[in-house]
Amino acid sequence: MSDATLAPIGLIVVPIIAAALSLAAGLVRDRSGWMVALAALLVEAVLMIWLVDAVYRGPGRLVHELGAYGRPGSDGFAVGIELVADELSVLVVVLISVVSLGVLAISRRGGPRGNAFYSAYLLLAGGLMGVSLTGDLFNMFVFLEIVGLATYTLVAADRSAESAVAALKYLLIGTTGASLFLVGVGYLFLATGTLNMADLAAMLAGEPSFVEEALYGDTLVVAGFGFITAGLLVKSAIFPLHTWQPDAYSAAADSVTVYISALASTVAAYAFARVMLTVFTPAFFEVNPIAATAIVTLASVSIVAGSVLAVMQRRVKRMLAYSSVSQFGLIIAAIGIAVHPAAVDAGIPFAGIERTAAEFAVIGTAIHLVGHGLIKGGLFAAVGTIARTEGARTVAEYAELGRRAPVRSAAIAVLALALVGVPPTVGFLGKWYIALGAVGAGLWPLAVVIFASTVLTLTYVARLLERLYFTPRSVALPDRVAADGGTAAAGEPISPTVGAIVVIVLATIGVVALGFAGTEVTEALDPFIAEVFNS
Amino acid sequence: MNVVVDLLTTQYTYALFALLMGIGLYMMVASENLVKKVIGLNVFQTALFLFFVSSAYVVGGSAPIVPSGASGRFVSPLPQVIVLTAIVVGVALTAVALSLIVRIYGEYGTLREEALREVRADE
Repeated sequence: MSDATLAPIGLIVVPIIAAALSLAAGLVRDRSGWMVALAALLVEAVLMIWLVDAVYRGPGRLVHELGAYGRPGSDGFAVGIELVADELSVLVVVLISVVSLGVLAISRRGGPRGNAFYSAYLLLAGGLMGVSLTGDLFNMFVFLEIVGLATYTLVAADRSAESAVAALKYLLIGTTGASLFLVGVGYLFLATGTLNMADLAAMLAGEPSFVEEALYGDTLVVAGFGFITAGLLVKSAIFPLHTWQPDAYSAAADSVTVYISALASTVAAYAFARVMLTVFTPAFFEVNPIAATAIVTLASVSIVAGSVLAVMQRRVKRMLAYSSVSQFGLIIAAIGIAVHPAAVDAGIPFAGIERTAAEFAVIGTAIHLVGHGLIKGGLFAAVGTIARTEGARTVAEYAELGRRAPVRSAAIAVLALALVGVPPTVGFLGKWYIALGAVGAGLWPLAVVIFASTVLTLTYVARLLERLYFTPRSVALPDRVAADGGTAAAGEPISPTVGAIVVIVLATIGVVALGFAGTEVTEALDPFIAEVFNS
Repeated sequence: MNVVVDLLTTQYTYALFALLMGIGLYMMVASENLVKKVIGLNVFQTALFLFFVSSAYVVGGSAPIVPSGASGRFVSPLPQVIVLTAIVVGVALTAVALSLIVRIYGEYGTLREEALREVRADE
């Protein structure tokens, strides 16, 4: 079998089957779940490489029709569900695959170890792959719910009472968000009669022979847009719909925090980008410019509010969680620019090629999605092992860690600076393209917000770095032992696991190395961009 | 006036959908009790099922199980499949939510949000 369209199925099905296997293996032998997960994720990695090769170097966009019902009829509407792998979705698939393996290495020693945990873990991996690869809106809802369910159980896997409360809160808010998304999908379905993304886009544009005109102005379609946007903004934790996120991040077990902070909101934001760019397309926003303005405005508020809340936090995990609110605001803002009517025609000559502001925004979205996933995953991994071995959880307790945990402190420093957007890191690259888009489109308030948020990010990052390297411990913490809950107080220092250190270092190297990959990513995304803006 | 009456007599399921959705959301926000919040979530999701099923309805249509060669009016099968899937998702969510509530009750001995907040603030 050399048909690369089979790879997407494998990517979704393998972890889901392995999730069942992991539970079954638990009956035979305790703690065998890790091996099952490792085997499944290695298969995933192979499939991922196959898909990358096919999409970026081969034929490009791949479509697999599940059940091979085909597209009968003169207008060629899809009957079954389609899986679609294009340049944007494969980028997310690569991130999911890499982060999954990395978190597995951390959880070998650090995380919850039961087979049920790995079962939920694999289910989550399968769900994330599904959201990235599906070409059908209702299917996307189902995968979002699989992601949601697996995340709720993983957050609660920490056995502490606090995590159960956080998981329930997440469940209530997250499910409401997903249900709102489903209402929106239902409205679009009523307006067009199809759920396939490509067909929906064609119907909305009024392309099929039996449609008289474009449906962009239709009340049902606009209402559907509203519901879908609200639902996905809940899932990507945009202010003021973010309240589930800091609790979930700080109450979950460390390895779980790494996984969901790197991927759960990322995939929701990807889903938002996918629906806006592929289903609604910039043409919808030309008819309803206020919709694009609304997205950009909400996102701007989130950027500022997230940063301000992050500055106010004492606990490092919560600080990073609020920083995610701000960073996802940036990503959603980039999507808002990409579809903004003002950006579509605004050309900017850059590096010898003239691109429109909207194209820059799409590139920025893709880079920042992947970059932020890596940065946040690496940061939470470092913060998690520091909490375990040094007992430091608040910013104040980080005093002098630069001497006691030099490798992890250095990693935190580099990753945190990447979060601010210091070159040459991927954080800079993403922000640069997004800011370029904002300036090119003439969205000055947003450009100001982006630069202001950089300063705010620097405020809380600098506070952490100052503690790490320049504050003597005796000054900062007269009675640290009482505060750390006994992990380090037992006398014997716990050394960090090799797996965790390797993952943290690799994430740091990746974040810096990707900072030089701007041209490569841009070229890889070009076919996708052409499809969005020239259709 | 006639328009409203028309709408209520022919499209009342849609009005009911909006009403149930509002009630469900309000329950989730306003109720102090965690179990009632989950019930609110269920009401909200049930509203969605009603919405999809009524969108499939055809006057005089029968269930979309078509033996070969049969003809006649059938209701649209796709929304029905969607509802089936959504019900399964809803059941799974309710199960997870209730199991979390059992754990919370075991730890804190309360189901009321306010009391829970006080207990947690004390710790």
